[in-house]
Amino acid sequence: MKIIVNGEPASTDAATLAELLAELELADAIVATAVNGDMVRAARRTATPIADGDRVEILAPMQGG
Amino acid sequence: MDAMTGLTTGIGTDKVTFYDTEISSRLLLGTAQYPSPAILAEAIRASGAEIVTVSLRRESGAAKAGQSFWQLIRDLGVKVLPNTAGCKTVKEAVTTAEMARELFGTPWVKLEVIGEDDTLQPDVFGLVEAARILSRDGFQVFPYTTEDLVVAEKLLSAGCEVLMPWGAPIGSGRGLNNPYGLRSMRAHFPGVPLVVDAGVGVPSHAAAAMELGYDAVLLNTAVAKAGDPVRMARAFAAAIAAGREAVLADPMEVRDMAAPSTPVMGRAFVGS
Repeated sequence: MKIIVNGEPASTDAATLAELLAELELADAIVATAVNGDMVRAARRTATPIADGDRVEILAPMQGG
Repeated sequence: MDAMTGLTTGIGTDKVTFYDTEISSRLLLGTAQYPSPAILAEAIRASGAEIVTVSLRRESGAAKAGQSFWQLIRDLGVKVLPNTAGCKTVKEAVTTAEMARELFGTPWVKLEVIGEDDTLQPDVFGLVEAARILSRDGFQVFPYTTEDLVVAEKLLSAGCEVLMPWGAPIGSGRGLNNPYGLRSMRAHFPGVPLVVDAGVGVPSHAAAAMELGYDAVLLNTAVAKAGDPVRMARAFAAAIAAGREAVLADPMEVRDMAAPSTPVMGRAFVGS
């Protein structure tokens, strides 16, 4: 299915957000996630399904002012 | 105390409190735009800052830039103040703050809701609304605001216990654009920790903010974009300590006319 990851079109077979992170080699990374504009806590990722057209944000610590 | 300058006199005992957390250094430092991670780390150490601002950005599986940055910050042992930089709506800012709380494990958030691209001026209406939502949700909000007293009052009502008015637009290095407004704000809210955030370019700007009675200064570009960021970090630390010492020392009154500083008594050639 087609989804949007961090603003870019992507194809995935992942059924859940946790599977998507594993697919992207971010399973162990320190990241925060949101689906369709709403935050999904780390503990909820395995129970959060990914559907066609979903917009997924994967954010990491970054330099800031 | 440093015998040469005396600048550290007040530092050990003179602390500022942000939401029940006592802080000795009155310099809050941003972590963006440094020439390298090593220089960033050295600048933080040289500044003596105990609080650094951080942000959240999209992570790519290949680069994983965020992971090494976070490791560097943790190794320094400083407190982090995550920002919501770049957010333009209440929804974006609130969601970003929630994600930052999980990622960084702190209820602190430097709340930015940007209303205008050229000046990066805060959208104060969105700011107040987001501050209310986040405060109710247990966040400890450090709002990036203007020197507007009415907005400040509403932010306090929304639950903020710190206010961070701008000196000048973010990254402009223009210093304190409205010293009168900042002085009024200080006078109106004597018990509220006030931090000048943004627009500071050189150490004298930061010293001036401290001399106005501000509790701390938050800056980033002025250090990161200096030719020698580590040295500039040290310069800002000294200026902020000097400004704070000056306030505690109770400066003299300004006079319109000259008054001789050298004693007149016993002066030669008088009456001859």
